[in-house]
Amino acid sequence: MPNSRIADEIPGIKSLAKFRPSTGKPLTALAETILRGPSPLTHGERELIAAYVSYKNNSMFVYQGHAAAARRMYGAAGFLVNEVMRDPNTATISKKLKILLRIAGKVQVSGLAVKQQDVDEAKSHGASDREVHDTVLIASVFCMINRYVEGMNNFTRVGKEKVEDN
Amino acid sequence: MPYIPLEDHLPGITGLLEYRKDTAAPIRELTQILLRGESTLTEGERELIATIVSHRNSCRFCTAAHTAAADILLGETESTAQVKADHHSAPLSEKMKCLLTIAAQTQESGKAVTTQAVQEAKDAGATDLEIHDTVLIAALFCLYNRYVDGLATVAPSDPGFYEGLGKRLKDNGYNRLPQGYDHLKK
Repeated sequence: MPNSRIADEIPGIKSLAKFRPSTGKPLTALAETILRGPSPLTHGERELIAAYVSYKNNSMFVYQGHAAAARRMYGAAGFLVNEVMRDPNTATISKKLKILLRIAGKVQVSGLAVKQQDVDEAKSHGASDREVHDTVLIASVFCMINRYVEGMNNFTRVGKEKVEDN
Repeated sequence: MPYIPLEDHLPGITGLLEYRKDTAAPIRELTQILLRGESTLTEGERELIATIVSHRNSCRFCTAAHTAAADILLGETESTAQVKADHHSAPLSEKMKCLLTIAAQTQESGKAVTTQAVQEAKDAGATDLEIHDTVLIAALFCLYNRYVDGLATVAPSDPGFYEGLGKRLKDNGYNRLPQGYDHLKK
């Protein structure tokens, strides 16, 4: 199971994958690919986007897992994770990453909130098309994961029956 | 104009899924299982969940695409129209209305899903798996809608486009077409 490690790092997803393995498999593969697959964004930058969106979605269980991963990846600069959650604009990160996080924050609200000006600004600070794409995709995927984990959290409070997949 | 270069002949989500195929594969697989896999919900009912979420996220492309798919699968257009206006008054079973309430709550936020809504769905006969799949389908369309609009993909204005797409979604589901999409080039 090459994906078991990342599944462990996404709190909540692992138990949901056990609940319904057939959907758990592509979900885990998707998380693995956006966070660890080929991308011009570093692992740390991607974890930061995942943590920031989860934080804004008030999905604290998921947030904590990705904030911890981002801290590990930034090592001595791990303090910047808390700075980003307070306000990416004042965090000790590159201008490019600030704008990518702004785009991720807008995606958390609505895809329609992302404007041409945001993308132009990101590109003027060196962001590639692929970096803009991967930022929007990671933010979108975590809007799914956060809803899934939090929505099912309330569900399991009601349901006590065991559900078998298929 | 999309924010990144996408193929002109592939508006909406299709261009994005062709732009990055390694992430498209698990997204397509997840969608195929949830919307076309074995389920006690009909394909039309599952398309209604995609429709209500896309509509509430104001995603023009996805709303039109899944309205078209649901209309074809259900063989009528009243359900999609009512689901978008007020799903409580739609010509649907009590169970389906309860599941659409859960989908609408999920669209807002995972935390907005109430234990009361879950209990009402169960009382109306929904199984745990149906409730699970409703939450996950709704969450998945929160991904799709953001991906499609966050990169400003094109939503064609011609209704005929969505009729064709709806038919493709009925006949082929969500798997990538084995021959790719070059045949759609004009």
